[in-house]
Amino acid sequence: MKLIVMVMTMMMISEGSMIDQTCKQTPDFKLCVSLLNSDPRGSSADISGLALILIDKIKVLATKTLTEINGLYKKRPELKQALDQCSRRYKTILNADVPEAIEAISKGVPKFGEDGVIDAGVEASVCEEGFQGKSPLTSLTKSMQNISSVTRAVVRMLL
Amino acid sequence: MASSDALLPISAREEEPLCPYTKLPDGSRSDPETHPRRRRPYKGLLAVSFGLLLIAFYVALIATQDGSRSNEAANAIDETEKTTSSSRARLAGVSEKSNDGLWKLSGGRNTPAFEWNNSMLSWQRTAFHFQPEENWMNDPNGPLFYKGWYHFFYQYNPNAAVWGDIVWGHAVSRDLIHWVHLPLAMVADQWYDSNGVWTGSATILPDGSIVMLYTGSTDKAVQVQNLAYPEDLNDPLLLKWVKFPGNPVLVPPPGILPKDFRDPTTAWKTPEGKWRITIGSKINKTGISLVYDTTDFKTYEKLDSLLHGVPNTGMWECVDFYPVSKTARNGLDTSVNGPDVKHIVKASMDDTRFDHYAVGTYFESNGTWIPDDPTIDVGMSSSLRYDYGKFYASKTFYDQNKGRRILWSWIGESDSEASDVQKGWSSLQGIPRTVSLDTKTGKNLVQSPVEEIKSLRLSSKKFDLELSPGSVVPVDVGTATQLDIEAEFEIKKESLDKFFGDASVVAEAEEFSCEKNGAGSTVRNALGPFGFSVLATESLSEQTPVYFYIAKGKDSKLKTFFCTDTSRSSVANDVIKPIYGSVVPVLKGEKLTMRILVDHSIVEAFGQGGRTCITSRVYPTTAIYGAAKLFLFNNALDATVTASFKVWQMNSAFIHPYSEEAVRALTRT
Repeated sequence: MKLIVMVMTMMMISEGSMIDQTCKQTPDFKLCVSLLNSDPRGSSADISGLALILIDKIKVLATKTLTEINGLYKKRPELKQALDQCSRRYKTILNADVPEAIEAISKGVPKFGEDGVIDAGVEASVCEEGFQGKSPLTSLTKSMQNISSVTRAVVRMLL
Repeated sequence: MASSDALLPISAREEEPLCPYTKLPDGSRSDPETHPRRRRPYKGLLAVSFGLLLIAFYVALIATQDGSRSNEAANAIDETEKTTSSSRARLAGVSEKSNDGLWKLSGGRNTPAFEWNNSMLSWQRTAFHFQPEENWMNDPNGPLFYKGWYHFFYQYNPNAAVWGDIVWGHAVSRDLIHWVHLPLAMVADQWYDSNGVWTGSATILPDGSIVMLYTGSTDKAVQVQNLAYPEDLNDPLLLKWVKFPGNPVLVPPPGILPKDFRDPTTAWKTPEGKWRITIGSKINKTGISLVYDTTDFKTYEKLDSLLHGVPNTGMWECVDFYPVSKTARNGLDTSVNGPDVKHIVKASMDDTRFDHYAVGTYFESNGTWIPDDPTIDVGMSSSLRYDYGKFYASKTFYDQNKGRRILWSWIGESDSEASDVQKGWSSLQGIPRTVSLDTKTGKNLVQSPVEEIKSLRLSSKKFDLELSPGSVVPVDVGTATQLDIEAEFEIKKESLDKFFGDASVVAEAEEFSCEKNGAGSTVRNALGPFGFSVLATESLSEQTPVYFYIAKGKDSKLKTFFCTDTSRSSVANDVIKPIYGSVVPVLKGEKLTMRILVDHSIVEAFGQGGRTCITSRVYPTTAIYGAAKLFLFNNALDATVTASFKVWQMNSAFIHPYSEEAVRALTRT
């Protein structure tokens, strides 16, 4: 399986596809490629389109994380305060950052999209820090930080 | 709102584009048995083409990064490299932390988790800076003076505290300080602006009528220019606006992408008696300014030449173009030209969120402009900026009422969007500033808050203090959240002489910058830094120093820097806290002067009469309300500094929501 993935990646690189050219300019090539390849729109998208795919990933991850947060209230009631903070932060990602970024990139003023994407990473970090080292959400928040950082790099290409 | 003036995360800095290659699996090592025989010759070709691609990419990336764009990431890299190798260790008390990237939130594991409460958030709202009652604002639009009223329009989101659904907000004032909000001037109700009623500028015609040109984002998200005008010129409040039925009047020309065409300027007269405007754009990574002539603002001819363009500066937003007098401090109407006039070209750099300008010469015969100093051309990292802090999308207008040129600017937030959503608003406008050419240097502009702000001054206190080396002095002014400070500093002659003569003081001016020095105002050097610390707690657990830093240059000349250090402005872990500033020209015989406006979460600092200006957003958690104090400090190792200053308490501007009563109240004053 790994071999097939390796070969596919190699083929894509040698073809110089939009995805790999774009992902090479991000902090996490592997993550970038896997996110974009997992979306059927990826192979035919321009940079704007790739950015929108990534923002969609942010949205999906935020939703998933909120579900996780909601489940934790019962399992870990002692973490209520930190969970409340995280809930607020992740709702901001869903209700403010993502719509702002989508609108900005669709309309050709990517700088506001960059702001929204950066903020998604900030909100995830703040949520994580709220647990002061004992976070039950670390892999999810880390994921958000990484996706946010990759997405930002792609959005910057539109400036 | 966490904005993009943050540095890229550390992982991004380290993993330069070249590094990802090391992560790539090496296909040539794949198990030969799993591949059909015919693949073997391909492997060689694959490897070669792969290698070529690698090289091509490397070259392309180096070429694009070579530009003198003031790229935050590039600066961050320089910063990290230089701080580790510099010889700052000789200075006492220096902490060599480089400015942390946004992801590395300040605090870390051992600080208690921080949470905003409504008391802290509501304190952040300003008392005398323009802001709508709620929601998001960005660019200033179409400022003008008409029939006794200053009009201000702005990019506004009626639905949220983040950018989006943009329409034109509107407000009026008699004095640029006391405002009344008016109903929205324009909404997105036509196909040619249904995706956004974006930035534009006003032109006042000789007959006194007004035309407004603005960018619309069409229903297909194409950027076009539209014409609008007041419905009723007899209404001094200009409440209603009409859009020209023949809109759009301009669409992206050939060679310009549909999303790279926005922010038309105020028009000025050509020698042929036509009107001329300029619109920012880009071609690849070259920022440019297109030029159009018109007689009626409805049909235009595009000039083949550009007003100007600078490679590697990216998209030019909110271009501004205007004359300044070489000899006098008054403003000039946009159409004025002559031998005693220079012209300013300014643009907002999309890539970096900095506003840059340059002084130059306009050739009206062909509508072109060249800078006086091409090494600091518009948009280059070394070129001049109106303001070295948080300040973007600025726009000037000629105030024919008082014969001055006024500068507006959008001041965004530096906090998280979660906070903006919680507090229900985002962004301010800077205090309008008069702007003119510095007649003493001839090379830069000077800015000053409009005189009318003095009408907000309440009680004042005057001080004359001598600050011994290493002193931190509380300044008792009562509440310290709304202040106007005017100060003059002088270093005692003996200290200066010693500094000049001291060979052990290394020339550091060439490599010094406010932001590179990660320790900001905590550095202790021979001659400072010294200045004020605003919005400070009694214990200085939170504080925002505004200061001068004097460094020795290679030629033994002194170089003075003016900085604002927000790195300790708040213990909150979700706000951006940069150190801002720049060199400030100090001429022979001049004392060091600074002016500071403190208004809750905004600090505007003016160095040396407005030669260098710094606007900062700060979000203290405890240095708020009655707990906010003012301090004076002198970090010099052994120089004594005298400070002579006055501090005024500032009243609120009482910016009112729309009502006829509120309008009447302003008319009475």
